[in-house]
Amino acid sequence: MKYFRFLVIIFFMSIFQISNAIENDLGIKITKNLRCLICQGQSVYDSDSEFANSVKILVSQKLDEGFSEKEIYSFLKKKFGEWILYEPEFNKNTYFLWLLPILMFLLGGVIVFKIFILRKN
Amino acid sequence: MKYKIVPFIVTFLFIVSFIFFFKGLKNSNIYIPSNDFEKEIPFFTTRLFNSNIKINSDEIFKNNKYYLMNIWSSWCAPCRDEHQYLMELSKEKNLEIIGLNYKDNTLNAKKFLNELKNPYSNIILDPDGLIAIEWGAYGVPESFLIYDKSIIKKIIGPLNENLVFEINGLIK
Repeated sequence: MKYFRFLVIIFFMSIFQISNAIENDLGIKITKNLRCLICQGQSVYDSDSEFANSVKILVSQKLDEGFSEKEIYSFLKKKFGEWILYEPEFNKNTYFLWLLPILMFLLGGVIVFKIFILRKN
Repeated sequence: MKYKIVPFIVTFLFIVSFIFFFKGLKNSNIYIPSNDFEKEIPFFTTRLFNSNIKINSDEIFKNNKYYLMNIWSSWCAPCRDEHQYLMELSKEKNLEIIGLNYKDNTLNAKKFLNELKNPYSNIILDPDGLIAIEWGAYGVPESFLIYDKSIIKKIIGPLNENLVFEINGLIK
């Protein structure tokens, strides 16, 4: 009986820790995807500036309130503009940025095809 | 003839990317948020600096007046520089200056006001910096000129003579 109680306690402790860890991981993931606006070149997660610390508090608060990751991003985007997000959105200003790697890849494929396959024939 | 297309494409891509990056060199790398910020003021609840009474934004900005909300802190050096301009603006009759005390120590803030005088008609507290985020502000000092619960002008950084002149023009 003694052992059983002990096991129950351990079981509940581990559950509590797992749920805590999941929540923290999402908070870390979000803050790593946000750009610190004062200390540019650093993410909010990495920075210890006043602004970054406030954003960290805000993100954990919003997560507690049940906001999803996307909702937090769009909230901050509305306040500070798209620049705060590390991943640029796909729109008319950025389509070149997004499509260039694919274009390069296709072009490379064409070159390889031309040089190696057509030459063999 | 078949293979001449490859050097042509490579040269073309090189030139395009060169122009692209060369132009990019001249871009400023200091970020300033765009001008199409939210015009409506955010709703928030906080405490008053002097009396610790809870207050919300509707009660603060309720009058048919111009408001200048100034984010300040005793530890911020540019706030000290802009203080004289706030004192100047506090003489205007149809302008009320609201201070948002950003992440400050109350004792230091009181010392700051005793030393440089108090231009604010109301001071509200923001101990975690969360209200500043609601306003889309990321540092101190920042000021917002408000009329009828919407933001007319957003000033990032300290006030100066030109800005005071501009504000005076806007509230006349």
